[in-house]
Amino acid sequence: MSEKSPVNWEQLESKPEFRSMLGHKARFIISATIFFLIYYLALPVLVGYWPDLMKKKLWGEVNVAYVFALSQFFMAWIMAFIYVRVAAKWDKEAAQVIEGHH
Amino acid sequence: MSVPLLMFLAFVGLTLVVTFWAAKKNTGASAYFAAGRSITGWQNGLAVAGDYMSAASFLGISGMICFSGYDGFMYSVGFLVAYITVLLVVAEPLRNAGKYTMADLLAYRLKPRPVRALASLSTLTVSTFYMIAQMVGAGVIIKRLIGLEFAPAVIGVGILMLVYVVFGGMLATTWVQIIKALLLMAGAFLLSYLVLKHHGFSFTAFFESVSKADYGGSAPPKNLLEPGLKYGVAVAGPWGPLDLISLCLGLVLGTAGLPHILVRFYTVPDAKTARSSVVWAMAIIGLFYIMTTFFGFGAATILKKSLILTADGKPDTNMVAPILAQHLGGELFFAFISAVAFATILAVVAGLTMSASASFAHDFYTNVIHHGKEHRPGEEVRVARITAFCVGAVSIGIAIYLGPSVNAAFLVGLAFAVAASANLPVIVFSVFWKRFNTTGAVVGLATGLVSSIVLILLSPNGMFGKAGAVFPLENPGIVSIPLGFFAAWLGTVLTARDPEAEAKFAELKVRAHTGLGAEKATAH
Repeated sequence: MSEKSPVNWEQLESKPEFRSMLGHKARFIISATIFFLIYYLALPVLVGYWPDLMKKKLWGEVNVAYVFALSQFFMAWIMAFIYVRVAAKWDKEAAQVIEGHH
Repeated sequence: MSVPLLMFLAFVGLTLVVTFWAAKKNTGASAYFAAGRSITGWQNGLAVAGDYMSAASFLGISGMICFSGYDGFMYSVGFLVAYITVLLVVAEPLRNAGKYTMADLLAYRLKPRPVRALASLSTLTVSTFYMIAQMVGAGVIIKRLIGLEFAPAVIGVGILMLVYVVFGGMLATTWVQIIKALLLMAGAFLLSYLVLKHHGFSFTAFFESVSKADYGGSAPPKNLLEPGLKYGVAVAGPWGPLDLISLCLGLVLGTAGLPHILVRFYTVPDAKTARSSVVWAMAIIGLFYIMTTFFGFGAATILKKSLILTADGKPDTNMVAPILAQHLGGELFFAFISAVAFATILAVVAGLTMSASASFAHDFYTNVIHHGKEHRPGEEVRVARITAFCVGAVSIGIAIYLGPSVNAAFLVGLAFAVAASANLPVIVFSVFWKRFNTTGAVVGLATGLVSSIVLILLSPNGMFGKAGAVFPLENPGIVSIPLGFFAAWLGTVLTARDPEAEAKFAELKVRAHTGLGAEKATAH
C-alpha cells in the first residue's frame, strides 16, 4: 500500500501547516528533553560529587538524596502528562495537514 | 508435591492455555510479529510494563538495594525516567514509519541491506545480553523452588520459553505480558504491605530502621539511605562517582534503544495509541519502582545475613525478594512470589526472543539474504522460530558460565548501555537529521556496539579482573554513547551526500509526524 501510494510527500512536507506543526513539536520536544536530562543527571552528579549535601536530613531520617530521587518519579509523570496534553494539539494540526490524503 | 511447586505448575499451565488460545487465532506474519496491530493503549501499556519489568527489576534491584542501599535505588529511578526518552523521541515516529522491527525505520531512506544487517546484529546482541540476566534470575528461582542445580534449572526454563514463542508469537506474548504485569504488581504490593506492617505501618519508623539497617541484628547498623555504598569514593575509589553517572546515562538513554520494547509499538493501531501506552506503562512501572523502596530497603532491616548469603559467604544478590516473602509471609507467600518472579522472567524472555527472532528473520534472512522476497509463504515465521532456539541456547550457555551470583540488574544495566550506544544514535539521526546517510548508520551502529562491548570486557568485571582492568568504570555508557553518536555523525559528514536518502527524508518526516500511510491494523 505504501509503495504504490500517489501521495506527493514533497508537497505535503512544504505545506506551511506542516512546517508550523513541526516547529511547535520541535520546540517542545527539544526544550523538554534538555530539561529532563539536566534534572535527571543532576541526581548522580550531586550524589557522586556532593555527598555531604545529599546526606542532609529533611524529614526524620529521610535525606535530600532520597527526596531528590523520589522527585524524579513525579517529574517523569508530570512530563508525560504535559506531553500528552500538548501532543493532542499536534494530532489536530497533523490531521489538517493530511486532510484528503486518506 | 510441595505447595510452591504446585503453584508454579498452575501458573505454567495457565500461560500455556493462553498461548495455545492465541496460536489458534494466529495467521500470517502481521499476526505473528505484531499481534495484528490490534492491541489497545492500556493493554499495550501493561504489556510494555510486562516486557520491561524483568528479573533485573524484581530480583536484581531488590538485592542491589538490600546490599548497596541508596546506590541500588538508582536503578529504579533510571528505569522509569528512561521512558520520557521513549515518549518524546522514539515511540510515535517508530509506530508511524515502521513495520515489524527497529531496522524498518532505518531502512526507510537508507540502503536497506547494510543497515538491516547491522541493526539485526545489534538487536541480537542486546537481546542476548538482556536474556542472560533473565536466565540467571530464572536459574536461582528454580534452584530454590525445586532444588534443581543451577545449570539444569536454566536449561529447563530455556526449553519452556521456546515452547511459548514457537507456538504463540507476539499476540500470545502480549497476553502473557499483561497477566504477568498484573501478577507482579500484586506481588510487589503485598510484599511492601508486609514490610510496612512489620514496621507498624509507620513510614517514620520504616525510614528510621533503614537508617540503622542491621540485617535483623546480624550486622553492625549502617545508614542505607546515604548514597555512596557502591559508587562512593570511599568504597569504589576516585572513579566511583563517574561510574554512577555512566550507569545513569546508559539507563536513561538505553530504553529507547531496546529492541523488545520498540517492537511493542508496532502492536498498536496508531501513534496515538503508542503514546497512550507509554503513559500507561509509566504509571505502572513508576509505582512498581517506588515500591522497591519497601522491599529493597526493608529486606536489609529484617533479614539476617545468614539468610541472604550463599554457602560460600557471598551476597545472594538475586534472591532477596523471595527470601523476604518467605520470612514475612510463610511458605505460601514464598510460593506466590516465586511464581510471580518466574512468570516475570518467562514473559520477558518470550518478549526478548520474539524481538530478536523477528529481527533476524525479517531483517537479515528475508531482506539481506533474499532481497526482500519470501521464497515460500511462511518462511519468515519459520526462520524466526529457528532463531529463537539459537538465541535461547546461547544465553543459556553464557548464564551457566557466569553462574548464579552475578546481579541481574547489573547485567541488564550493561544491556541498556549497549542499546544506548548502538541503536539510539542511528534512530535519532534517521528521524531528525536530513543529511544522515547509510555510511553514517553503519559506522554508528558498529562503533556503538563494538565500543560498549569492548569496554565491558576491559572493565573491572571483564577479562582481566579488578586488578588488570584497562577501563576503570563498570559501566561503559559515558564513553560509548557519545562515541556512537560521534561515529554516526562522522561517518555521515566524511562521505558523499546521499540524494536519495535526503529526498526520502520529506516522506519520512510527513509519515513520522502525521501517521499518513502507516501500517494499519488488521481485522480479527
